[in-house]
Amino acid sequence: MIFHPLGKYILLLKAVFRRPEKWNIYRKEIFHEMVSIGVGSLGIIAIISVFLGAVTTVQTAFQLVSDFIPKSVIGMILRDSSILELSPTISAVVLAGKVGSSVASQIGTMRVTEQIDALEIMGINSPGYLILPKIIAAITTIPLLVIISIGLSITGGFFAGTASGAVTQQDFITGLTTDFNPFTLTVCMVKAVIFAFIITSVSAYQGFYTSGGALEVGQSSTKAVVISCIAILFSDYVIAQLLL
Amino acid sequence: MIEIKNIHKTFGENHVLQGISAEFAEGKCNLIIGGSGSGKTTLLKCMVGLHEPEEGSVIYDGRNFTRMNFATRIEIRTEIGMLFQGSALFDSMNVEDNIIFPINMFTHQSHKEKLDRANFCLERVNLAGKNKLFPAELSGGMKKRVGIARAIAMNPKYLFVDEPNSGLDPKTAIVIDDLIQELTKEYNTTTVVVTHDMNSVMGIGENIIFLHEGKKWWEGTNKEISSTDNKELNDFVFASKFMQALQKK
Repeated sequence: MIFHPLGKYILLLKAVFRRPEKWNIYRKEIFHEMVSIGVGSLGIIAIISVFLGAVTTVQTAFQLVSDFIPKSVIGMILRDSSILELSPTISAVVLAGKVGSSVASQIGTMRVTEQIDALEIMGINSPGYLILPKIIAAITTIPLLVIISIGLSITGGFFAGTASGAVTQQDFITGLTTDFNPFTLTVCMVKAVIFAFIITSVSAYQGFYTSGGALEVGQSSTKAVVISCIAILFSDYVIAQLLL
Repeated sequence: MIEIKNIHKTFGENHVLQGISAEFAEGKCNLIIGGSGSGKTTLLKCMVGLHEPEEGSVIYDGRNFTRMNFATRIEIRTEIGMLFQGSALFDSMNVEDNIIFPINMFTHQSHKEKLDRANFCLERVNLAGKNKLFPAELSGGMKKRVGIARAIAMNPKYLFVDEPNSGLDPKTAIVIDDLIQELTKEYNTTTVVVTHDMNSVMGIGENIIFLHEGKKWWEGTNKEISSTDNKELNDFVFASKFMQALQKK
């Protein structure tokens, strides 16, 4: 049951990575998609990151009841959880909703209105033209969004922690700078790139094989988000198991 | 000239095309007609490679299209222009960009040359000056004409048209039919039109193929169609009250 769609997905990816007809047209599309995926998602990522950081700080402080544990641990926990899990994974799940549904519905609409057929008739490799720029744009901009998310999450945590009196500025900064392992950033970037690939390729697959009309485009869009989220969480576990 | 030989196509249990063979002459409007579900659009899609037939071949001026792979098909595909039933204009591009798109992809012309070509094509379909409009701002008839302008942008040798008059008023439908006929003569294209519109059949049908239940049932011209004794074809041609009244006269 899973093998047929998996085979179709692999064949679609093979067509996506076929040599482009003209690189300068693809380049334009890549920049256009970078703006759409990257800049277009900045607002939502900023908002969720600030609140994630703030909530993590307040809840970590709430659970630190022992006097034997220094308050600086709050900064350390926020830093590591933001880098390793909160920023890459939560951002990816949110982007699966925003970017994934948009990619699936855009390509799905093109399919049901025969625009993809028109590309094929012209002799254009439609999977390459429609999907490759989205994948390249996503795997370049989503890691940048994740880096911004880490910064904003820590900033949100800092302000929430100090404003509520849960932790002093000094303790928070001490925690942030203590025992930092740069490898966590590598894991974070690996996650961001893989999640970006999953979001765009899975959603594009759902859109590309849409058949029917408006109802089916909506269904493809929903399926794209659900399957992307599951694939993100599954690969999150696999990456953590392999790299940590 | 396009030749199709023994085309078979099935979807699951449904044997849609059952061994269709025909020839479509150069410089003529070749019509494929038939009732809904008779396999007209499926045949057209098999001819342009959007569907792969299980059996049979499609031959473009001696070149067997069905045996080619993706890379070698590109050469023929750049010689094909197609107008889709819903026009299939790219929503994200304006009229000018829609027309320039295939030129951009496959030629190295300067921007001015591309613009000149777009303007020429738009003038040819009587839409001069509409370059910057988006598909959402166009009427059904205008969309069809932009679709034709895009189809002729690359000077095609083969022009395929799927239901050119669907959703259009009779007057606009005649304008579109006339335009297709004029372009066929002007560029000497091999034009294949799928339609069930009797006005088109009588107006531009120089060579007509009638499909019924996935088989070629009849072949002839618009002059012969009204005097045939083929029962299924007569049922199709004289289905409307207008055509019945015309037959009585």
